[in-house]
Amino acid sequence: MAKYLLLKHYRGAPTPVNDVPMDRWTPEEISAHVQYMNDFAARLEKTGEFVDGQALAPEGMWVRYDGEGRPPVTDGPFAETKDVIAGWMVIDVDSQERAVELAGELSAAPGAGGRPIHEWLELRPFLGVHPSTIECVGH
Amino acid sequence: MDEALLRRLTPGVLTVLVRRGADFAAAEDAVQEALVEAVRVWPDDPPRDAKGWLVTVAWRKFLDQARADTARRRREDRVEEEPATGPAPATDDTLQLYFLCAHPSLTPSSAVALTLRAVGGLTTRQIAQAYLVPEATMAQRISRAKRTVAGVRFDQPGDVATVLRVLYLVFNEGYSGDVDLAAEAVRLTRQLAARVDHPEAAGLLALMLLHHSRRAARTAPDGSLVTLAEQNRGRWDTAMIAEGITILQAALARDRLGEYQAQAAIAALHADAPTVEETDWVQIVEWYDELARLTDSPVVRLNRAVAVGEADGPRAGLAALAEVDASLPRHAAVAAYLHERDGDLATAARLYAEAAHRAADLAERDHLTRQAARLNAHRPR
Repeated sequence: MAKYLLLKHYRGAPTPVNDVPMDRWTPEEISAHVQYMNDFAARLEKTGEFVDGQALAPEGMWVRYDGEGRPPVTDGPFAETKDVIAGWMVIDVDSQERAVELAGELSAAPGAGGRPIHEWLELRPFLGVHPSTIECVGH
Repeated sequence: MDEALLRRLTPGVLTVLVRRGADFAAAEDAVQEALVEAVRVWPDDPPRDAKGWLVTVAWRKFLDQARADTARRRREDRVEEEPATGPAPATDDTLQLYFLCAHPSLTPSSAVALTLRAVGGLTTRQIAQAYLVPEATMAQRISRAKRTVAGVRFDQPGDVATVLRVLYLVFNEGYSGDVDLAAEAVRLTRQLAARVDHPEAAGLLALMLLHHSRRAARTAPDGSLVTLAEQNRGRWDTAMIAEGITILQAALARDRLGEYQAQAAIAALHADAPTVEETDWVQIVEWYDELARLTDSPVVRLNRAVAVGEADGPRAGLAALAEVDASLPRHAAVAAYLHERDGDLATAARLYAEAAHRAADLAERDHLTRQAARLNAHRPR
C-alpha cells in the first residue's frame, strides 16, 4: 500500500482543456461539479482507499521567524507566488497505476457546459515513515 | 487482560462459528464484536474458560444479527438451536482461514487487512492505526474483502505461496501505532509453519526471526537508521538468531529451496559474523546467485552487486552494478557506496545526494543525506 497526495491548484498548474473560471459557470454546472467531487470521495471511502480530503481558502500569508523575542514577520497575501493550492485529497492505494487512474477520474469533474475540465492535478507519493523491516545491505 | 491470548484464540473461535453453519462474513463480524466485548469485560470479570466465553458471546452476537435481519428468518430457524460441533473435520480450519484471507482474488492491501483481523484477532481500529488510515476506511476495506471472498468455499485447498506473500508484506510494514506488525507477522507465520509441511513457510519464519533479532540495533536513540555494518552486534537477540538458524537448517535439509530460504540464508550469514569484517561475503554472493536463479528479480541483482563489491572489491561491485537497471530505487545508493569504497568521494557524495532525493522513506532519506554531508564536509563548498 502506498499513500498519494492529489493536489489541486487554484493557479500554477498548466492550463486545463475546459478553461472557463468557475464564476462563469451556470449554477447547475457548479452543482454538478460539487456533486461529482462528493461522489468521488464517497466512492473512495467505500473502496477503502480514502484517507483525507480538505479544501483551502485561496487567501493566506507568508510567515517568518524574525529573531528571539520578536513577533514573526508576515508578508501576505502570497504576493510573489504563482502557485496556489486549492485543496488536496490523500488516498491509500495498492499501486501507482491505481493512483494515476483515480487522479484521471478526479480530473474529469464536469465544468462549463457540463464537459470535463481536464484539469491538471499534481500527484505526489508520500515518503514512508519508517524503512522496511527487511534490511538492505550497504546503504 | 491478556490481549495476546485473545488474538491467539481468534481463529479457533471463528472456525467454530463457521463449522456451526454461520457464513464467514457474519461469523467474522460476530467474533470481532466478541473481542471488543472481551476487552471491555475481562479486566473486571475474567472468564475461567476464555475460548468458551468467546465462542458463547460470538455465537450470541451472530444470532442477534441473524434475528435482526428479517430476510434471514428461515436461516435463523435453522441455526437457532446451538448445534453440537460436528465430527472432527478432515482439514485444518485455521489453515483454511489463512487461505481464505489471502485468496488470490483479493488485492494485497485487502488480504493483509482481512488476515490481520480474522486470523490475527486485531480490531479494525488497531489495523487502521497501524496503516495510518481512518478507521472507517479500514472498515470498508475489510467488508469489501469479505464480499470478494463470499463465494469461496471454506474447505477449498489454498495456495501457501500467496499466504506467505501476505505475511511478508505485514512483516515489512514494521512498527507504527500501538500494534507491532513485525511481531504480529512473526506470530502468524509461526502459527502457519506449525500447520503446513512446507519448507518455504519455515524459510519465511527463519527470515523474519533473523531480521527481527536485529531490530534493537537498527535504530539510534535519536531514531536515525543504523546500517548493518555499523550496528552494535551485542544488541542482537542471539536466542532469536539461534532459533532462526535452527529452523532454516531443518528447512534447507529438505532440499526444496525457495526464495525465502535463500533470503534467510543470507540473513543467517550476516547473523553468524561476530564482526562485520568477518562476514562471509563469498558465500553471500553464492546465495544471491541462487536467489537470482529463483526469482530473476532486479532488486536481487542490485543487492548482489553490493555483496560482490565486498567479496571481490568495489570495482567488481561496480561492474556487477552496471548490469542492473539504473531506474531501480536504491540504485544510486548502492552506486554511491561502491564509489566511496573505491575512493571516488566526489562521485559518491553526488550519488548519495541523488539517492536521498529518490529515497522512499524518511529514515532512509535522512541517512543518505547524512552520508552525502559527511563526504562533502571534507571538500570545499
